[in-house]
Parts: sequence; structure tokens; C-alpha cells
Amino acid sequence: MTYILVLEQILNGLQFGVMLFLMAAGLTLVFGVMGLINLAHGSLYMVGAFAAAAVAGWTGSFLLALIASLAAAAAAGALMELVVIRRLYRRDHLDQVLATFALILIFSEGTRWLFGSFPLFLDVPPYLSGPVTLPGGIEYPLYRLAIILIGLAIAAGLFLLIARTRIGIQIRAGEADREMIAALGVDISKLYTLVFALGAALAGLAGALVGAIQSVQVGMGEPVLILAFVVIVIGGIGSIKGALAGALLVGMTDTLGGVFLPRLFTLFMEPASAASAGASLASMLIYILMAGVLLVRPSGLYGGSA
Amino acid sequence: MADAVLRTKKLNKSFGALQASRDVSLDLRPGEIHALIGPNGAGKSTLIKQIAGNIAPDSGKVELLGRDVTALDTVARARMGLGRTFQISALAMEYTVLQNAVLGALGGQGRPYRLFRNVMKDPALLEPARDALERVGLSDDAGRRTADLSHGQRRQLEVAVALTLQPKLFLMDEPMAGLGSAGSKALTGFLDDLRQEAPILLVEHDMDAVFALADRISVLVYGQIIATGTAADIRANAEVRRAYLGEEDAA
Amino acid sequence: MLTREYMLNWAMIAALLFVPLAAWTLDEPFIITLATKAAILALAGVGLNIALGQGGLISLGHAAFFGIGGYAMGILAAHAQNYEPLFGWPFLFEGSNQMPLIWLVAVAASASAALVIGALSLRTSGVYFIMITLAFGQMLYYFAISWSAYGGEDGLSIWVRNEFPGLNTLDPIQFFAIAYVILCLALFFAARLARSPFGLALAAARQNEDRVEAVGLTPFTLRLTAFVISGAITGLAGALFADLNRFVSPTMLSWHTSGEIMIFVILGGVGRLYGPVAGAALYILLEHLLGGISDYWQIFLGLLLLLIVLFARGGLIGALAGREKAHG
Repeated sequence: MTYILVLEQILNGLQFGVMLFLMAAGLTLVFGVMGLINLAHGSLYMVGAFAAAAVAGWTGSFLLALIASLAAAAAAGALMELVVIRRLYRRDHLDQVLATFALILIFSEGTRWLFGSFPLFLDVPPYLSGPVTLPGGIEYPLYRLAIILIGLAIAAGLFLLIARTRIGIQIRAGEADREMIAALGVDISKLYTLVFALGAALAGLAGALVGAIQSVQVGMGEPVLILAFVVIVIGGIGSIKGALAGALLVGMTDTLGGVFLPRLFTLFMEPASAASAGASLASMLIYILMAGVLLVRPSGLYGGSA
Repeated sequence: MADAVLRTKKLNKSFGALQASRDVSLDLRPGEIHALIGPNGAGKSTLIKQIAGNIAPDSGKVELLGRDVTALDTVARARMGLGRTFQISALAMEYTVLQNAVLGALGGQGRPYRLFRNVMKDPALLEPARDALERVGLSDDAGRRTADLSHGQRRQLEVAVALTLQPKLFLMDEPMAGLGSAGSKALTGFLDDLRQEAPILLVEHDMDAVFALADRISVLVYGQIIATGTAADIRANAEVRRAYLGEEDAA
Repeated sequence: MLTREYMLNWAMIAALLFVPLAAWTLDEPFIITLATKAAILALAGVGLNIALGQGGLISLGHAAFFGIGGYAMGILAAHAQNYEPLFGWPFLFEGSNQMPLIWLVAVAASASAALVIGALSLRTSGVYFIMITLAFGQMLYYFAISWSAYGGEDGLSIWVRNEFPGLNTLDPIQFFAIAYVILCLALFFAARLARSPFGLALAAARQNEDRVEAVGLTPFTLRLTAFVISGAITGLAGALFADLNRFVSPTMLSWHTSGEIMIFVILGGVGRLYGPVAGAALYILLEHLLGGISDYWQIFLGLLLLLIVLFARGGLIGALAGREKAHG
């Protein structure tokens, strides 16, 4: 085991973490501001990936594909909010779960109907492919490095947006007291649509960026959605800072656990069973992490009293 | 007195810069109604919650029946015999009036893990439940949905549920609130007799009721008890007049 | 008291018996299999409904118990059919193809899992609870995928359906009878539970936690007990479902399965004792009818579910039997 391998895996964990952050940020914002649990957030991730794959197919431009993913997911999100979600704010969590689960069925089967069941492929553009040599002599795929940088830039932008801008102030006020900001004359329903579309756009972008590494297919959003839930539970619902901390923690744990646990097990097991036992444990590692955080802090690392 | 049913010793509780309880020591003796009064924001609710076990004090002790219960939760304190009514009615709203009373009796009996017996046909639960409803005058409403009750009737039901527990003491948070004058008078008469069964720590805004009922009154201002005494003592207390009754007179 | 809901319940139970019997006389085994599937899925829903309807616990992880029940069947039967002992100590155990034993193991395993998952999840409430149950369900899903000893992602097939003393389980109508009787017993149990002291306290904890604490009862233990009972029944359904298909795979553990079990409960009507029966029957009917028209029938299922949640919250039973009255 060389230190290069370790560093490489840390970068992979970071890349996975920032992608999870893009998903979790929208979920946690929507929950913090509107009090809504949205299972269909993974569908927006899928919409972004499909939009990107389609546009890349027509135009050949990766940049246009990314823009399309943002636009399509934001539009789908806004539509979702206007038609369905806004009827759910005053409902209980059960109704929110069911209605957004219904949306998943509609989005997934609708996409399958439009694009078929076969996965699409989104190619990494030539200017982002190939490895790059980092200081210390590590060869690392340029595209993954780009994802990390884009993700971190967006995280920074999101913090600025919330800390410094008018909309950010309204979002924070909305988390504290819905009626108050309505009384102050902020158009709350417009704000909600905007926040929802923003979260959707981030999910769509994540879908497109990951779509170029993996494949673009129906149902791709759901595993990520559930990981994003784990992130939010660990970080504390409603907290962007918690989402970032949770995302990095989950990204690192999952990546490093998957690579190193099987190796660790070979120290005291025969190779074949070590590989399978290690893989089994690694697959459960982030949930064990979540359970551990819950035992110590039931409302998450940065959560208030839930 | 050594045999106080409830005693708090120098309770302190702060929320950030706000000190909601400041060295609060009071006791509740057998057979008495001890009223706790004070202007809004004086820290009455915070004190009640510390006594009931919803929040832990920063320092100080709560003793129930001579035992230190500071570390026990609400459930354990209820089991020891603390019967509580809430300021804002806390009832199972989908249930009938009788079901709420039976729930109380079930809690009093302490054996909820029976999965087969029909709870609404169990005489051991129904009898105390019906008795309690009878005593607060809700017998005729036993079959009604709790959500359909008037505000005053819900207050009565709160008291009835507390009765089913056959508690050693009552902790009543504004039981008169929202009752009309007739209802308030009826409940006053009822509490007057109830004190023989178990003493009552009564938080109340209705001053007529307080002065008519209380054996002793404690006045809480800014988290601190500024006076404890009989109705006459409190009426005559200059500090109380200034801090509390003075404001009422001016208003 | 003969309310409309009461009569409707009997009508449904009767219909679920009558349809396969008619199909049996007409020699239509496929319809019997559909009815068996409906009965088993309804059983899973009856289990979930104890947590969801009576306890107000929105568990999005019940696939975990359904799948554990399925794997209990798969593992015991696989060892029995391959003559590979499951363990040799403290006694030699070669697996089993006897349904009663398989059910016992399925119930014990899923109840134990529910105890652990519940004890952790019930420390929280609201959205956290939903997300955490979902996450634990997913954990078992990934575990099953990576567990190559029992088929991993491909799952585990059983050659012959397991046996029940005195019956020929390969005969569709006899296997249906098993599932139907178990469903009826579970419904009877759930009805008794709802009216028991425990049920009264559990549903009160859903309505007002402060009240339950103030009368000296502990909401956490009430809920955990309900969660364990709920998980055990859903686990039993999982064992039967795997036996019906003679196959178990990680799909049974996936969160889609959790969502579907919840749909059975909701299509029928939340908090209705027989809601899962109506819901599962409707689901199978839709799957069969719409699935015949379009491969994308789940779009319609989604739309229907959306409409029910937004506009018709009582579900099927609510629409047919009217608003629920206060119990008394």
C-alpha cells in the first residue's frame, strides 16, 4: 500500500463527497425552508443527467450539456413545485413521502418511456480527459479533479449566497419564521419556488457530472438520494454546513472503506473470504457511521433540537 | 415541614442570558392548595416543567414524597403519583372522552402491555374512568369525540384524566383558563374539596379563584419567589403589590 | 354495529376467498397465484399498518423485514436442498424445507432486526425517523448484494416449494389457503391489538405524546413494541412471498419495496384495519390490467397515488365507506 494510493483514494472520496453535497444541499434547504421531505430529489438528478446526455448527443458540446442539465432540472423542479409540492407544505410527512414517491414513479417510468431502458453515455470532453500530474507525482484523472473544483466552488458560492445576498437573508428568515417573512411582504410562494428550483438545479448538475463517469440510466438518482439522506441525518437537517461536513464524511468513509477494509481483513483472514467480508462490511460502513452519530447526537452534527 | 409532598430546593434554570428560575424553593404540604402566581414571563411554565420533569434544572433539586427525583423523567414522576393538567389541553383528540379517561386509568394501573383484552370492556379501567368523568361532570359527554368538546370541557377532561391516576399530588397549570365564570366557579368548588384527597400546586391567572382557594400563595417575579404566605399576607405584602398587583391595578 | 366499513371488510375478505375458488373450479391457476400474491402483500401491509396506522410511525424501511423473512426462507431451504449443514454446533442443523419452522425463523429474525433498527431510529422522530428507517433498509440491501455466499445480486433460487404438514403446497389453491388463513389470523390479531390496552396507549402516543407521558406510560417502549410486532408480521409475509416465487433476491430489500408496501396501506386507506387488503388487491389488479396495456403502467400507479394523496385521503375504503368515526 503506497501513499500514492492513499492520496488517490482520498481524492476519490473528496470527489464523491462534493457530489453528495450538491444533492444534499438542495434537500436540506428545501427541508429547512419549507419543512418538506422530498423523495423525488433523486429524479431531478436523473433529469439533469438525461438532459445533459441528450444535449451532448445533439450538439457535441459538454459545456452546453452542463447548462442544459442545470436548466432542465431547474425547470422540472419549478414545475414540480408549482403543480404538486406547494400543495404539500401544510400536509403531514406521510403525505409528503407518498406524493413524492408517486412523483418518482412518474418521472422514472416517464423517462424510461422517452429514452428507453438502455443506459445512455455521456462522454468526458477531450479537454478534460486524461490524467494530470499533481504535486507529489500523483497521476489523477483531470475530469475528477474538475468535479472536485466545481463542487467546492459551488459550495463556496452557496455559502456566499446564503450569508450575503437578499435571497439568502430571506431563506434564513424563512427557516426561522415563515409567517414573519410573509408579514414583511416577501412573496413567500415565489421564494419557495425559487429555492426548490435552485436545489433542483444543483441536483441536476450533480447528475450530469456523475453521468459522465458512470452511465446515465433510469433509477440512477435513488441510491444517491438515500446517501444524501444519510448525509443530512449525519449533518443535521436544515444546515448547509452540516450537509458539507456530512457529505465529505460519507464520501470519504464509503470510498476509503471500500478500498481498504478488504485489505485490512487480509491481515487476519484468507484472501477470498477477506475480500467478501471486507466488501460486505464496507457496504454497511456509512450506515454504521450514521447509527454512531445518532447515538451521540440524535439531531446530527450541526442540528438544533429536532 | 418534613412531610411535604413536593419540595423544590434552590432551582436555577437559564436560557442563554435569561434566568427563568432563580433559587426557587417551595413546598406543597398534605391537604393544601398552594397557588403559584406571577405576571406573564415570570417563569411559571419553566418551573412547572422542572417539577414535572420536562426540563432539567441547571442546579437545585426536586423532591417528591421525600425522594430526590431531579434525575427522573416525566414518566417516572407520573408513576410516583404526580397528576398533571396542562396549560394547553394535551389530550388524544381523535379519542372519545371516555377513551381519554380510560387511558389515564391504564396509566394509573401501569400495565399497558396486554395485547388481547378489549380495553373498553375492562371494568378495572372503566370504573375509575367513569368515576372521574362523573366527578368533573362529563358523564353525559363520555361518548363524544374529544376534538368536538368545547374549550371548557377539555379543561374538565384534563382534570378527570389526572383524577384517574389517583395521584399523590396535583400539578395544575391554569385549569381555569378559558372557562366562563360559571365553569370557573364550578371548578373552584371542585378543587376546594379535592385538596383533601391530594394537595394541589395550582398555577392560575384567575385571581378570584386563587384568593378563594389557596391556603398559601407564592408569587414568582422574574424567576424568583418574592413572597409566600396566606392570601391575607400576600394582599398586605408591599413588594407583591408593587411588582404584581400594582400593575394589575394600574391596568 | 353494522357500519358500512364493517360490511365492506367482510365483502373484501369474502371476495379474496371467492375469486381464487372460482378460478380453481374454472382451472385458472394464474388467477389463484395472483390472489395468493395479493394475500401475501396484504399481510405485509397489515404488518406495516401496525406501525404506520396505529403507531403513526412512518417507516420507509419495512422492506428490510420483508427481505429478512425472504432470506430466512431462502437460506434454510437452500441448505436443505443442497444437503449442506447450516451449522454443526451446538447441534447439527441442515436447514429446513418445513414451512412452520421457516416461518418461526423468519419471524424471529425480522423481529430481532426490528428491535435493533427500531431502538436506534425511535430515538428520533419526524423526518429523521423516515430517513433513518430508509437508510437502514438500504444498508441491508447493499449487504445482501455483497453477500456472495447467498447469491449476492443474483439472489437465491429454490427448486421446490417448501412443505407444510398434510398439504400439497405445489397445488396453487392449497398454497393460497395457507396464505389466506395467515392473512385472516393477522387481521384478527391486528384488530384485537387496536382495541387492546396496548393499542389504546400506542395510538394515544401518536395523537399526543405529552398526555401519554403524563399518565406514566413511556412512548418509546410502546412504539418499539409496535415496531417489533410490525416488523415480525412483515417478515412472515416476506417468507411466504419468497416461497410463492421460490426465489429471493436483494430486490425484496430495496426501498422500492418499502414504498410499495406503504402504497398498499395508503391505496386502501391509512389507519383502516383492512386497508392493506383493499390496497394490495387494487395494486395487483392495476398491475395486471394496466401492465397488460402498457409497460409503463407505473406512471398510472404514480398518478393514482398522487391523486389519492392530494385529493382523496381516505383511500379506497374511505371512498366506499365514508369518513372514519371515533372508535368507541
